[in-house]
Amino acid sequence: MTEPVTMVETPIRLDYSYTPGVASSRFLRSLEHGQIVGQRCPRCLKVYMPPRGACSMCGVATDEEIVLDGKGTVTTFCVTNVPSPGLTPPYVTAWIRLDGADITSMFLIQECDPAEVRLGMRVEPVWVDESERQPNLGNIRYYRPTGEPDAPYDDYKDYV
Amino acid sequence: MRRDVAIVSWASFETPSEPARNEVEMLLPVIQEALGNVGMTQQDIGFTVSGSSDYLQGFPFAFVGALDAVGAWPPIRESHVEMDGAFALYEAVNVLQEEGIDTALVYAFARPSRGELDRTLALQLDPYAVAPLWPDARGLAGLQAQAMKDSGRYPQLLGAGHEVPPTVVADGAVAVVLAVGDRARELTKTPAWIRGIDHRIEPPALGVRDLTTSASTTAAAAKAGATGVDAAWLHVPYPHQELVLRAALSLVDQPVYSAAGPVMVGGLAQLAAAAAGVAGGKARRAVAHATSGPCLQQNLVAVLEGGDAA
Repeated sequence: MTEPVTMVETPIRLDYSYTPGVASSRFLRSLEHGQIVGQRCPRCLKVYMPPRGACSMCGVATDEEIVLDGKGTVTTFCVTNVPSPGLTPPYVTAWIRLDGADITSMFLIQECDPAEVRLGMRVEPVWVDESERQPNLGNIRYYRPTGEPDAPYDDYKDYV
Repeated sequence: MRRDVAIVSWASFETPSEPARNEVEMLLPVIQEALGNVGMTQQDIGFTVSGSSDYLQGFPFAFVGALDAVGAWPPIRESHVEMDGAFALYEAVNVLQEEGIDTALVYAFARPSRGELDRTLALQLDPYAVAPLWPDARGLAGLQAQAMKDSGRYPQLLGAGHEVPPTVVADGAVAVVLAVGDRARELTKTPAWIRGIDHRIEPPALGVRDLTTSASTTAAAAKAGATGVDAAWLHVPYPHQELVLRAALSLVDQPVYSAAGPVMVGGLAQLAAAAAGVAGGKARRAVAHATSGPCLQQNLVAVLEGGDAA
């Protein structure tokens, strides 16, 4: 009596060379030079960071580049108490609305007690040393408080 | 069909290898051109549907990212097929039978130049017994060509110079706008009316069917009413397949325009080319064909006519 086959394994592997595209390439190169470049939609005027070359709401090309200074406001956050590779708990992950951007981005918050992190907190990026910069967002090690007064709720209420 | 549907606009782009732009950046101007040709924006579109393969981009739900090129706000009614855009058009024609949906945007895109297209297409085969063997697409097309030679019914393939050429690797995008009845007449003076359309599938196991004929094409043509045509636009990924399709469609001495086009794009591009043919007076009543799979596994047949709807 032969046993029925209950499972087959068919591993697949394909090699790709990924092309980020024109907009993402310019964004990634800007990171290499310690700069954050977004793009503004000509129709709804929202600024995308990272830029994708198109406004996903309007379906039009976003050609105008906007240089952001990197500072931002915490719009929501999470304190994680379980370990993750390379991170010692408790650590804080936050969605940050960069000044001038209309999309929030996720970064770590460090150099402060997790209990102090709050909505509206003003934060700034800490970059890796210039000699270590690559064309990716890993150039921003984390965000830290700027010490400025908190942003008023109206500034970020649409992003909470 | 209860409601007459016409192709009213189209645009396409093709290049051997797109150097810098990603799929969305390649697609966006094509969609804008197709809509712009008839003075439309996405807001005027009732149904949006696309054809592409996530395996080509290499990440799941990649087709959702392509909606960046459309502008899906306020939320739109949309769909996707993991196939050539021609099969997306078939879905659109069906959705346009609903009252209240009068226009549709159909688009397709692919950028296979950076991957291994022949291997990638193996993932469209039976995942248990066939795909693990990694039969490359050109090899499967070669099996079909050999079966045709062995059948003795295709003397054109005998002799030197009939080796199956490499799979066409090209990047591209195509967009087509459809509209029903009076809406189509408002949008263009030369709508290409879809008089019939049908899609048929062969048995998935390549070993159980006769590779030298295309019963699915013949069945689709019968359902679509593809008789009395004065020109044909055929989607032919490999040259020997034109012979199979000519026989399946009973083409005699009509002009036949065959093209492969970029994978996922070529079939819809041929439907658009046929629409251009009837709109431009090159043909009065044309048959257009699209296929999927390296051995003509799936076939779609449409009949297009210029002039006004009866």
